[in-house]
Amino acid sequence: MAEQLPTQTFRVTRADLVRYAGASGDFNPIHWSERFATSVGLPGVIAHGMYTMALAGRAVGVWAGAPDAVVEYGVRFTRPVPVPDTDEGTEVVVSGVIKGVTDDGLTKIEITATCEGERVLALARATVRKR
Amino acid sequence: MPLDPSFVGRSWPPTEPYLVGREKIREFATAIGATDAEYHDPAAARAAGYADVVAPPTFPVAITMSASRQIIDDPALGLDYSRVVHGDQRFAYVRPVVAGDALVCVNSVDEITTRGGHDFITTRTEVTTDAGEPVVTVWSKLVQRGEEDHG
Repeated sequence: MAEQLPTQTFRVTRADLVRYAGASGDFNPIHWSERFATSVGLPGVIAHGMYTMALAGRAVGVWAGAPDAVVEYGVRFTRPVPVPDTDEGTEVVVSGVIKGVTDDGLTKIEITATCEGERVLALARATVRKR
Repeated sequence: MPLDPSFVGRSWPPTEPYLVGREKIREFATAIGATDAEYHDPAAARAAGYADVVAPPTFPVAITMSASRQIIDDPALGLDYSRVVHGDQRFAYVRPVVAGDALVCVNSVDEITTRGGHDFITTRTEVTTDAGEPVVTVWSKLVQRGEEDHG
């Protein structure tokens, strides 16, 4: 009964990371300073894991048909999302599959998020109350 | 240096209430590109049954991340934040966060483990209103990468 949900694509630029840093209060320089990011062994500036999680959360809200539908939401961050200093930045692609319905009528969704074809989240699951 | 295992099972005193502002929710929703009316428009949120605008699902981390510094900044834990990456994140909601909420965080440590030269710590934050109404439980697993892994 696995039902495939429509794939959603999100563009991510450096400007998005700066805006997210301010809104979330996470000013870790790996998310805005190339010099710092490479000095700690990263390929360059990477997106906040929580920003990627927020984008996948937007996809879940669209699938559920309501922005306040999420009852439970968890992910594992498996791979960084490098964001080049270009106008295009990069893309995060989010797809989902309905895994079933709980006894109390909640819908369980398994989420896949990729960047450049590589999975950036694992064990990404949401439980939603469909409106 | 491994993390101090005696932190497991410990809880910390409640944080000072964080007053959730309407503009902060709008700013956060805008930052993640979420245009849903319930995040921005109080009238739309009221129509959905809330007192004011509703926060997106991952918004609580804006509160819990600084609240959990109670734990991770304690030198006795032995965490080197320059080697830390985010491992897992989970939220379990009783209800969404709404503008006007005064939220209190109670932090505890669920688990500390070591595997493959890396150290893992899972913190749990119970977020309630200042009147004690439960809102959301937030788990974060942080990974302290092994020293030889660095750079």
